[in-house]
Amino acid sequence: MTTYESVLHPPAIIAELKKNNITHVVWLPDSETNFMYQLLNEEDSLDLVPVCREGETMAIAAGLWVGGKKPVVLIQNTGIFESGDSIRGLGLDINQPLVMLIGYRGWTRRGPTPDSAARYIEPILHTWGINCYLIETDDDADRISIACEEAERTQKPVGVLVGTEFGV
Amino acid sequence: MINNTDAVRLIDSKRDDSVIVPTMNANNVGFGLPSVSTNQSLDLPLSGAMGKASNLGLGIALAQPDRKVMVLDGDGSLLMNLGAMVTSANKAPTNFYHFLFNNKVYAVTGGQPIPGSECQDWEGMAKAAGYAAVFSYDNLEDFTTGIDEVLAATGPVFVHLAIEPQVENTPVQFRPRAQRTVKMAFDEVPAALGVGSD
Repeated sequence: MTTYESVLHPPAIIAELKKNNITHVVWLPDSETNFMYQLLNEEDSLDLVPVCREGETMAIAAGLWVGGKKPVVLIQNTGIFESGDSIRGLGLDINQPLVMLIGYRGWTRRGPTPDSAARYIEPILHTWGINCYLIETDDDADRISIACEEAERTQKPVGVLVGTEFGV
Repeated sequence: MINNTDAVRLIDSKRDDSVIVPTMNANNVGFGLPSVSTNQSLDLPLSGAMGKASNLGLGIALAQPDRKVMVLDGDGSLLMNLGAMVTSANKAPTNFYHFLFNNKVYAVTGGQPIPGSECQDWEGMAKAAGYAAVFSYDNLEDFTTGIDEVLAATGPVFVHLAIEPQVENTPVQFRPRAQRTVKMAFDEVPAALGVGSD
């Protein structure tokens, strides 16, 4: 299968998570991040915690964090919409330094963005005061490190929007 | 049925160094865990993000596998997030004890019945979700006799408790507020767990 340099590959994400000593990935699969599953399962240093609904992820992450671990959540932007009360009560209100990797469904760099999931996500994150970074290629992956540093420094959730489906 | 305070007092009496995550009536300032706790430093109450208590407890259980985690959940609360039962059972932490305080009403909002309160089979749902052990008690005597067996079982364990409804009708602005907030608990519990002390 052809591999293209200008796309985002799962190993680049995994390497960033390992570099930042992430211990758990709390997630619900989506089309932007589905190719990570096999690699995440094979990576001994990362424990995968699957959920049934996205609002569970911030609560599980809060428990992991208070228990001394360093989780991230990995969900789609539609899941962020579902997770509002968890982000409020178990992210912002308790100062959880949580990096949220968010599949950016509907994102288009050029031309109109017809998918409301894409049009609403950044304004909603900004309304909560949650800063976010966009990653589209392997060259952008180090923004995960920036997000991790920012989350620790500000003791707040930080978003990383995954703007392209992963290459393989 | 079991009195709410009697249930939390009995669970608290068996806690040793367990973390307890109470929510809703089990977390009531006047008659829940805050009124009887013998080790508040390991209590992590959840009064927001309704329905997420077992998720919070699951995270602690995974982070602290050598320590029991007891979640004191409400029926209306768990109904908001039923998938959490599958999430917990799927991850299967052996140190996870999920107590369901089933009083059949939204007690903190005036006692309105929860949907389907007369036809739910919580034990059946827990077994179907995949909990390793499931118990049910409808009187304090049996619960008192059985709790050691509950806590000796390998988790994830689900315990259904038939609880007498204690309905709050005092206007919200006049109810006593918790002296120890959720934020304060999140600030204190890591130290009690020894997190970050090495």
